[in-house]
Amino acid sequence: MQALTISGLTKTYRGGVQALKGVELTVDEGDFFALLGPNGAGKSTTIGIISSLVNPSSGDVKVFGYDLHSEKELAKSCIGLVPQEFNFNQFETVQQIVVNQAGYYGVPRQLANERAEKYLTQLDLWEKRNARARELSGGMKRRLMIARALMHEPKMLILDEPTAGVDIEIRRSMWRFLEEINKQGITIILTTHYLEEAEMLCRNIAIIDKGQIVENTSMKSLLSKLNVETFVLDIQGNTQHLSLEGFEYRLSDSSTLEVDVAKSDGLNTVFSQLTEQGIQVMSMRNKANRLEELFVSLVEAGRKEQG
Amino acid sequence: MSAGNNWVALTTIWIKECTRFLRIWVQTLVPPAITMSLYFVIFGNLIGQRIGEMGGFSYMEFIVPGLIMMSVITNSYANVSSSFFSAKFQRNLEEMLVAPVPTWVIILGYIGGGVARAMLIGLIVSIVSMLFVDVSIHSLPVIIITLLLTATLFATAGLVNGIFAKTFDDISLIPTFVLTPLTYLGGVFYSLSLLPEFWQWVSKANPIVYMVNGFRYGFLGVSDVNIGAAIGVLVVFNVALFSVAYTLLKRGTGIRT
Repeated sequence: MQALTISGLTKTYRGGVQALKGVELTVDEGDFFALLGPNGAGKSTTIGIISSLVNPSSGDVKVFGYDLHSEKELAKSCIGLVPQEFNFNQFETVQQIVVNQAGYYGVPRQLANERAEKYLTQLDLWEKRNARARELSGGMKRRLMIARALMHEPKMLILDEPTAGVDIEIRRSMWRFLEEINKQGITIILTTHYLEEAEMLCRNIAIIDKGQIVENTSMKSLLSKLNVETFVLDIQGNTQHLSLEGFEYRLSDSSTLEVDVAKSDGLNTVFSQLTEQGIQVMSMRNKANRLEELFVSLVEAGRKEQG
Repeated sequence: MSAGNNWVALTTIWIKECTRFLRIWVQTLVPPAITMSLYFVIFGNLIGQRIGEMGGFSYMEFIVPGLIMMSVITNSYANVSSSFFSAKFQRNLEEMLVAPVPTWVIILGYIGGGVARAMLIGLIVSIVSMLFVDVSIHSLPVIIITLLLTATLFATAGLVNGIFAKTFDDISLIPTFVLTPLTYLGGVFYSLSLLPEFWQWVSKANPIVYMVNGFRYGFLGVSDVNIGAAIGVLVVFNVALFSVAYTLLKRGTGIRT
């Protein structure tokens, strides 16, 4: 079954700005899906429409088969939203925020309290349950919004930049949590500026630019489009007469070598040539995030097509 | 949502609203008690002694119902307008908008919060007034009906103000330039019979006259207007304003892009 079906979705704001120009998108049930795009591409408008915070100009949205227009309440019950900006009452306590949210979905208070303990514990916030939201750190506030979105146990979770401004340790723990709930069957739609995050977590991906989907495919097939990757090698040895036949390369300093390697060539030739010249490779890494390179090239290609 | 779910959502909003005004009780509950005590001391005791009787009662007895009603009006209005606008401003209103809460439940929840604060303040001001005068009750049902209908009406009006408001200034404009003049000219401090006939007629276009007089009738058994007309006006205004609030929220005015 499809968790989300969007067809012909358009949105023109009052000032005449056309934010969406006929978005077509489907997300399968149980998917971990990335919706990427540069700033102002239409990501937040799309999410705003799915979560009923923005009225569409035209088009259809179905959530688990429920039409967002004619079966609004059923469709809304399936969605949990983690917005980009903190939008809880800063003066309420952590527990009040999550229990109230459950109440809006009709979850009785006793059950809401049980779920509050469950999700706040899972997100390391149970100790902070009586703290006011404004007293929390940025990372805690982000986790609070995830706990809040799960209180009615939705079938689909939409996260708009969930790890923005969060330190790497908390980010990784949030990734583990999201992977875990995805394994339990919750469909996840994620927007992020950390493309490494999308590459690591998501199975399918759509790229939106200027209100249109320019790519909608699996992460695997998208990454396979990348023909050349740049590797950074930490090397030891005399690099004075270094030469790599058939490769573009640059020496950043005497012990750092950058090599562009085409997928068809592989790395073995690089290693054997370096070994022949008495140079040892101590360590190696990708220069840039692979998805980042693709993202930039796809967006640029789309813009050229549109003139 | 089912009726049970709607009930849970309604009580959640109501409890949240009550928790809010109780949390900031120094801002919400104490000022009316202080202001009304000053009114009782200055207008009731000091100036009132020189005014003498009004409508067959001591001036203090005469103004007590009006002053309670004035507190009810300002507090039911202020509670909902500021709470709803803050929720809009901080964007935590989105918590309700993304959930399957019907529009009428959101409206009733906010109104319920405003009415609860108004009732509590009405009680506080009544207790304060008992320190200055023996409060008599002519008809408890009339007191309760006019109090509830007035609190509901102004809570709804506050909600409409909150829906349209774009800045914090916008929620103080109506109370300052509309509500306060209408309340002071609504017969809180004087009987309409003191006015020339033309101004009596003009005053009867002021809905607050009906509320104050209806409420005063409940205490003293005297009124400048027919009590049936007073309750009728309140019901009509309540229905009309609820419809306005419902239409605006359903359409997403001021809350959805």
